[in-house]
Amino acid sequence: MIGIVGYGGYIPRFRIKVEEIASVWNADAKALKSGLNVEEKSVPSIDEDTATIAVEAALNALKMAGIDPKEIGAIYVGSESHPYAVKPTSTIVGEAIGCGTEFTAADIEFACKAGTAGIQMVMGLIQGGYIKFGLAIGADTAQSKPGDALEYTAAAGGAAYIIGKNGIIAEIEGTFSVSSDTPDFWRREGIEYPSHGGRFTGIPAYFKHVVSATKGLMSKLSLKESDFDYVVFHMPNGKFPLNAAKMLNIDLEKLKPGLVVQKIGNTYSGSSLLGLASTLDIAKPGQRILVTSYGSGAGSDSFSIKVTDLIEEKRQKTKKIQDFIDDKEYVTYAHYTRLRRGI
Amino acid sequence: MGHESSVPLFWRLIKTRYQLIGTKCMTCGNKFYPPKSLCPVCRKEGKLEEIKLGKTGKILTFSIVRSAPTGFDKETPYPVAIIELDDGPRLTSQIVDWKEEDLKIGRRVEACFRRIYTDGEEGIINYGLKFRPI
Amino acid sequence: MKVAVIGVGITKFGEHWDNNLRELAIEAGTKAIMDAKIRGSDIDSIYLGNMSAGRFIGQEHVAALVSGELGLSIPAIRVEGACASGGIALREGILSILSGQNDIVLVGGAEKMTDLMTDSTTTALMGAADQEWEAYYGLTFPSLYAMIARRHMFEFGTTREQMAKVAVKNHHNGSLNPAAQFNKEITIDEVLNSTMVADPLTLLDCSPITDGAAALILCKAELAKKYTDNPVYIIGSGQASDTLALHDRRSLTTLDATVKAAQVAYKQAGITVNDVDMAEVHDCFTIAEIVATEDLGFCKKGEGGKLLDEGATELNGRIPINTSGGLKAVGHPVGATGVKQAIEIVLQLRGEAEKRQIKDANIGLTHNVGGSGATAVVHVFSR
Repeated sequence: MIGIVGYGGYIPRFRIKVEEIASVWNADAKALKSGLNVEEKSVPSIDEDTATIAVEAALNALKMAGIDPKEIGAIYVGSESHPYAVKPTSTIVGEAIGCGTEFTAADIEFACKAGTAGIQMVMGLIQGGYIKFGLAIGADTAQSKPGDALEYTAAAGGAAYIIGKNGIIAEIEGTFSVSSDTPDFWRREGIEYPSHGGRFTGIPAYFKHVVSATKGLMSKLSLKESDFDYVVFHMPNGKFPLNAAKMLNIDLEKLKPGLVVQKIGNTYSGSSLLGLASTLDIAKPGQRILVTSYGSGAGSDSFSIKVTDLIEEKRQKTKKIQDFIDDKEYVTYAHYTRLRRGI
Repeated sequence: MGHESSVPLFWRLIKTRYQLIGTKCMTCGNKFYPPKSLCPVCRKEGKLEEIKLGKTGKILTFSIVRSAPTGFDKETPYPVAIIELDDGPRLTSQIVDWKEEDLKIGRRVEACFRRIYTDGEEGIINYGLKFRPI
Repeated sequence: MKVAVIGVGITKFGEHWDNNLRELAIEAGTKAIMDAKIRGSDIDSIYLGNMSAGRFIGQEHVAALVSGELGLSIPAIRVEGACASGGIALREGILSILSGQNDIVLVGGAEKMTDLMTDSTTTALMGAADQEWEAYYGLTFPSLYAMIARRHMFEFGTTREQMAKVAVKNHHNGSLNPAAQFNKEITIDEVLNSTMVADPLTLLDCSPITDGAAALILCKAELAKKYTDNPVYIIGSGQASDTLALHDRRSLTTLDATVKAAQVAYKQAGITVNDVDMAEVHDCFTIAEIVATEDLGFCKKGEGGKLLDEGATELNGRIPINTSGGLKAVGHPVGATGVKQAIEIVLQLRGEAEKRQIKDANIGLTHNVGGSGATAVVHVFSR
């Protein structure tokens, strides 16, 4: 049995409301809020970045796992906003959590599914007997062009997962992925903000991959919609995951605990992983969670996760995702602009 | 820090800065941060061993920097404080995630991982621990 | 111990757009040589206090620069102890005479700070603090002393008004000093309402960035009368060190180095603090003067603020402090300050302090600090 030994999240404290952004661009806030199903998004402090978020999430995951960091044999950080284009975030994380020097590491990029790709990679190393525990993190401080539609949702946050065979709080029963060359959302080297294909990002991109990966997983594991208590899809906004659920005849109630996007926006590589963490915070032993991520460019990783008896005691040890969501301070657009420049 | 961040100067202290690793003198029991190679109390009788210090403590004194040195101007105003860790040693750092009422002598704080300084557009990024109210 | 001061020279302190370091140093040096009525060739050694010519103007090796400009090939030593560089240079000059090695010594202090932008100057000054454990986190000198002030207010109830009184008093004295950078009087309200630099210290709580140079000529006590009818003697010298980082100190409200240096100086001079008629203390920030008056023994720990409420340290008070105007009003060209302090005491004891003159000045004291208290130097002067 292989699964999650500990998990932890981190969401920066600042928030900016959709109304605040809309007022600057003379846009219809009401229409945007209902169209996106998002109220506000998280904004990193001037001294926060993907590395700092990844470290904080990893430290929280370690607290829950209760293992010696030196037993971690691999660290993968998935993001589209790594602080360096060349110099890995994963070694900064390794040093900060004290895992010594005997580990493999790499940074991953696959838009918003880089974090889940990392989980699959450590699963392989563990199953192959190469390492005992692996740490996979999805974290981002997403940038968006001022005035672009993405500005209302591009947010910051991350979650870390320690995977192993000992002390499992949630078993990973199986995983299934789809990938294709679909240019729905991209950013060229050296360019500050991403570009996207407008409506093309919907049916041919997000929905095609999320739906086919989910169907593929259910088929591979011979599971049906009714076998799952909770469902988490990647959340570019609060509408797409609900529409994907409808396409798959999934009861929308199952998405509620994981739908963090409404209050924190799209945390990109952190999105489905924070949704999963938020769900794990309340799931009971024996319950089953379906997670399907989505990364533009494009692909989806789908997982079936079954909660064990160990979860109730272990998850007391770290701050809950809901606590991160509730711990907030609003900023004006002017302050937001200053923070976005970073240091 | 000056205009250029020296790579070796920063690298040498990464472990100490990121993990709050200090030293304990097994002779007198005093704990030191940053780690010392010579116990200033026992001097040649001292026997130092590495220890990882706990990340919580309290504010002993503080100020708010409004006129910053090179490279920190975009962050003002930022509070700085002398913090006494629960394990004993004292250190100096910034306070983050703060409100006016958090800046009090005695306020409890915990360490968190943040960017300290970025050497322009091309240079390296210095990380370290700052403290947030708990 | 006894060493004589036979000549003094000082430039105006301020923003010297037209002068660089060597010109300022030479102006002060030649004034001192002429005041001593000696010839350049009479000098045995030069001790030059300078904190950071390397970072301010890209120039190291500054003592050699000065001796070269003076046309002398004698030993020239640059002394550095942050803001105490001048005071330590004085002490080194004294010790070299007491050792028998030198008869006549030129002690100078000079700093050229205004050729950089303010943020670069702030950064350079942090070289006096712990680079890795204070400067790294974005600390500035005002913020270090602000933390001392905050703790002093917490432990003893010292108020911002009491600190402001230091600035008001010193600006008043500075208005009577032709060498001072600032000649304008200020009010308590102006201090309290000026721009906050590092809470609770405002712009007017802080000494400025200044260019300037000061010099003295020392000679063996036995030779003094050969050069002047009005020698002033240095009869005590003490210096002490402490941890570089403020957070490593035993106390956040006492500079132990000041206490120790003063004890040594008083003992050597055969006096107690009660014998001191006036003092130039290190008021890099208003709180520093309050702490200094306590640590030097002019009042009990925690009561430095009260001295200001009583007016005890004003020109006509029972113990005038910083009759020159202090670092606050005269300015603080870092390496020059310690020497300028000595010059003020010498002028007072000679009776040459003009509008700032204290009556019956017999024993004076200088107190020069490096950084946030890692070095302190105290000298006792007598007629």
